[in-house]
Amino acid sequence: MDPLLLQDTTTSRMKPAIALEGISKSFPGVRALSDVSLALYPGSVTALVGENGAGKSTLVKILTGIYQPDAGAIRLADRETTFPTALAASRAGVTAIHQETVLFDELSVAENIFLGHAPRNRFGLIDWKKLNADAKTLLNRAGADFDPTIRLRDLGIAKKHLVAIARALSVDARVVIMDEPTAALSHKEIHELYALIERLKANGKAILFISHKFDEIFRIADRYTVFRDGAMIGEGLIADVSQDDLVRMMVGRAVGSVYPKKEVAIGQPVLTVSGYRHPTEFEDINFELRRGEILGFYGLVGAGRSEFMQSLIGITRPSAGAVKLDGEVLVIRSPAEAIRAGIVYVPEERGRQGAIIGMPIFQNITLPSLSQTSRSGFLRLAQEFALAREYTSRLDLRAASLDQDVGTLSGGNQQKVVIAKWLATRPKVIILDEPTKGIDIGSKAAVHAFMSELAAQGLSVIMVSSEIPEIMGMSDRVIVMREGRVAGRFERSELTAEKLVRAAAGIETQAGGGAA
Amino acid sequence: MAKLLKNREILLVVAIAVLLAIIALRFPAFVAPSNLARVYNDTSILVILALGQMAVILTRCIDLSMAANLALCGMVAAMLNNFFPGLPIPLIIFAAMALGGFLGAINGTLVWKLNIPPIVVTLGTLTIYRGLIFVLTNGKWINAHEMSDPFKALPRLVVAGMPVLSWLSFLMIALMFLVIGRTPLGRAFYAVGGNPHAAVYTGIDVGRTRFFAYCLSGTLAGLSGYLWVSRYAVAYVDIAAGFELDIIAACVIGGISIAGGIGSVAGAVLGALFLGVIKNALPVIDISPFAQLAISGTVIIIAVAVNARAERRKGRVILKKAEAV
Amino acid sequence: MADAQISPRNIPDRLEGRGARLLKSWEALLVVVAAVIFLGNSLASPYFLDPWNLSDATFNFTEKAMIAFAMALVIISGEIDLSVASIIALASTAMGYAVQFGFDTPALVAIGLGVGLLCGLVNGVLITGLDLPSIVVTIGTMSLFRGLSFVVLGDQAFTGYPESFAWFGQGYVWWVFSFEFTLFVVLAVIYGVLLHRTNFGRAVYAIGNNQTAALFSGVRVPRVKFTLFLLTGLLAGLASVCLTSRLGSTRPSIALGWELEVVTMVVLGGVSILGGSGTIPGIVLAALIMGMVTFGFGLLNVPGIVMSIFIGLLLISVIALPILWQRARRRPVH
Repeated sequence: MDPLLLQDTTTSRMKPAIALEGISKSFPGVRALSDVSLALYPGSVTALVGENGAGKSTLVKILTGIYQPDAGAIRLADRETTFPTALAASRAGVTAIHQETVLFDELSVAENIFLGHAPRNRFGLIDWKKLNADAKTLLNRAGADFDPTIRLRDLGIAKKHLVAIARALSVDARVVIMDEPTAALSHKEIHELYALIERLKANGKAILFISHKFDEIFRIADRYTVFRDGAMIGEGLIADVSQDDLVRMMVGRAVGSVYPKKEVAIGQPVLTVSGYRHPTEFEDINFELRRGEILGFYGLVGAGRSEFMQSLIGITRPSAGAVKLDGEVLVIRSPAEAIRAGIVYVPEERGRQGAIIGMPIFQNITLPSLSQTSRSGFLRLAQEFALAREYTSRLDLRAASLDQDVGTLSGGNQQKVVIAKWLATRPKVIILDEPTKGIDIGSKAAVHAFMSELAAQGLSVIMVSSEIPEIMGMSDRVIVMREGRVAGRFERSELTAEKLVRAAAGIETQAGGGAA
Repeated sequence: MAKLLKNREILLVVAIAVLLAIIALRFPAFVAPSNLARVYNDTSILVILALGQMAVILTRCIDLSMAANLALCGMVAAMLNNFFPGLPIPLIIFAAMALGGFLGAINGTLVWKLNIPPIVVTLGTLTIYRGLIFVLTNGKWINAHEMSDPFKALPRLVVAGMPVLSWLSFLMIALMFLVIGRTPLGRAFYAVGGNPHAAVYTGIDVGRTRFFAYCLSGTLAGLSGYLWVSRYAVAYVDIAAGFELDIIAACVIGGISIAGGIGSVAGAVLGALFLGVIKNALPVIDISPFAQLAISGTVIIIAVAVNARAERRKGRVILKKAEAV
Repeated sequence: MADAQISPRNIPDRLEGRGARLLKSWEALLVVVAAVIFLGNSLASPYFLDPWNLSDATFNFTEKAMIAFAMALVIISGEIDLSVASIIALASTAMGYAVQFGFDTPALVAIGLGVGLLCGLVNGVLITGLDLPSIVVTIGTMSLFRGLSFVVLGDQAFTGYPESFAWFGQGYVWWVFSFEFTLFVVLAVIYGVLLHRTNFGRAVYAIGNNQTAALFSGVRVPRVKFTLFLLTGLLAGLASVCLTSRLGSTRPSIALGWELEVVTMVVLGGVSILGGSGTIPGIVLAALIMGMVTFGFGLLNVPGIVMSIFIGLLLISVIALPILWQRARRRPVH
């Protein structure tokens, strides 16, 4: 602890390398950031902590010039500035290593590092020799020892991450943003990354470190900033706080009460999943879902929850495992078969997998239920509108007309259309994947209330969520997944935010959780 | 060995070698160096055009107007020669290339500034460019006797054992290697086609990069126009009609992904050569030349199936033990 | 967003009546264009308005339009089939080959349709079975199918079709209404119903707008696409019967370049080349427009290739003009 403390007393006297002051940013229907401030100091690592949807990624996008703030100022070494484009931010010395690496599979490693600013010879042609040599040096600094001339597509995801880090080093950055940089790295690589961060600190770079893993934060960060619901909740020196303090700040209020969870008599098992596994995505998934129950699936992003759910409805095939619905063994090869059997999945990526932008609301809603509304294959518009009207009013949709393109709705209302679409098939089991991601508070409350209502009517609900208050507020039982496996099971009565966070992050616990 | 076979270019070289070996079993004369040089010379124009098409396809676009562009530029070159027999041949070549580049720029502008899908743009300009030849000539042919001797002689002129036509294609291959491999523009082609979204993040202008790809393909079509007309010593409305598909076929066989971002100069050249060898071998092995189209169609389908298999993505790796690389 | 201030309960089904929506549609624009061309033609040539001349004019587009209906669905689903003209050639060659063995008219028609269906099957298996991009596959089968015709025919031609076979391309059902034109109208109705009034048509739109979401919503994406390529093959076979019957002979170069004209017709009809939108009435209007332009220019002795310039310009400008117009309208806001 001593060296950390020592270092920080020196940095806090320094001027920040970059400072955000009073930043606000809204999207239609959502206030993503309100009056947020953040200062990053040279030679210091600041950990940004918060739940999904707290506004972290919006902040990163503002820092890197992809979004423009509605209000507030960016100060770069005491001078006020703006980042109108991604290029402007990178020229000003702000660089980011994204969670999902934005790289080019068909180019070589060296080129990926230097794309846009490759060294040229005196004829203005790309100097491959220098390019490869420089790339090699940068890779070494990033702790990687592979050949810079191989194509990126031949690398695994962890090594791609190191390339992204080398790319960040190639532009002479003053500010380095690392957005969950260890998510895909192995144990050894993580330690190499720590060493790299130490070197960056020694070179006077200001580092913003975003992570859900508390052990990392306490290992590497000097300072912390906690976000919740788009606002800054607290900041200070890591040395002054405990893990529990941070979890409390992240989760905030006692959450259970504001959720409209109804007491439901839980019935017989409806869905039984046993021995489900996939070669690369998940293994050993076993559980029972009962009538009237809401089963929460918690975990960090990329824990394999969505992949598992999608294999349940036939998008991918599991390599082993069995599913029983109402005691009967099911083999599901496509979503069409899943829907017919009574299992529906409301996907996480609303724009890509859920809503069909470009088609009207009513056609979106009736698409999986056309066999109900049509007669011998011919459409019956009156029945379609009736079905759409029934479910849009149940979900309290706000729209000008049912013939409106679903793409013109706000995120929250789009989500209502998407839920209505699958609900209209009258399923026995509904799987909701991040049902309130990126939607406004009002719509969130409506979705929660509706979910509760559904369970009360005897539907069985699986809710995948990365938001702790939602999981704690809505679930009867929770299964935590980590790296494709079940990492914990909790009854509602024994749920605490801390247990969930620990199970999901793989922190050894003194009591509870852990064992499956 | 397995890794070597994964390399698209090497796979193609092997395929061409096997093809030649089979032909050589019965007709050894076909693989005599002099005949191979003749086969190459006959394929030169396709090679040049495939290079241009490759640049366009790399950026996730397509140029269906190349053959029509070639025909129009070839006709203009022949007319220039016909009206002004004294005009130096290099000037005529330059004019043909400039016109070709301009026609390519029209395609590029429509794609860049108006965001019209490339297939629609070039489908439209394909008919317009070919129609313009008719407007220019009223359907008349320009025959051999209406062209000056130097105009016709240049492509056949033998320099250091090879005709100028072959040398010109070598030059274009070398230039393309330089552009693709050694200039930021060439690398931008890959970035734009491979991941347009990320290209924007790295500060590359997607539309402008596509515009330059079209200029390049147009210029090469213009050059090919002169070469075609002077080599066959005739110019009329329908020259090279349907050739746009041969060009795309050469690229597909050469492993250039129609989805953009994947491909190489060597691949485009080898793809063109593969078609060239088949075309020249058919009469030798006594298969009707009419079978050529069916064979190249089959080859295209096989090539796209093979390439698609190589490009297919693996699933996401979440389980730690599966983390192989 | 406008959706916030509207009361939650009573969401109307539609805001605008059928009339208002029609007036704003692409089809309305096409009707105006068609009317202008019709007027221009009748002013330019005294022969244009003659019923028999008009009837003759329909032969310019009926065969292409048959394929255009099928192609429209393929393009709306986000795919393309460039092999249609080659299917015509192969089907025609097969019929010509069968004639040599003395097959009679019903058998010839069955062979033409059967070969078309078979070609569609090949495309469908390659595209949906092996999951390959349709544009490259159909460029390949385009060469393959026509190449097979060349293998069979070389530079020869098949003739000697039975007299009864001529009726499909030259016969009249009633007064000036030819068999081909009647078929065109019937197919327009069938395809209009299929696309706009059935679950299948709805699935086609859903796939074209968002294939992934359609799959998640229980649309059997591969099956729908496979059917579309099968139908396109069948209709190309049908067009082949009509064209072969009309010409009375088969050469391997039959219908050369038609794939581009068919795609032009479909795009002109308001189908987005990116998939997801378009209507059958739009295709009917585009067919009429292209037929009238060709015929009108023919009356004025304008050569076919000059007409193709006009068609090319038309194709680009009908897509470019709305984009430019939207841009001009949007500019003052910023």
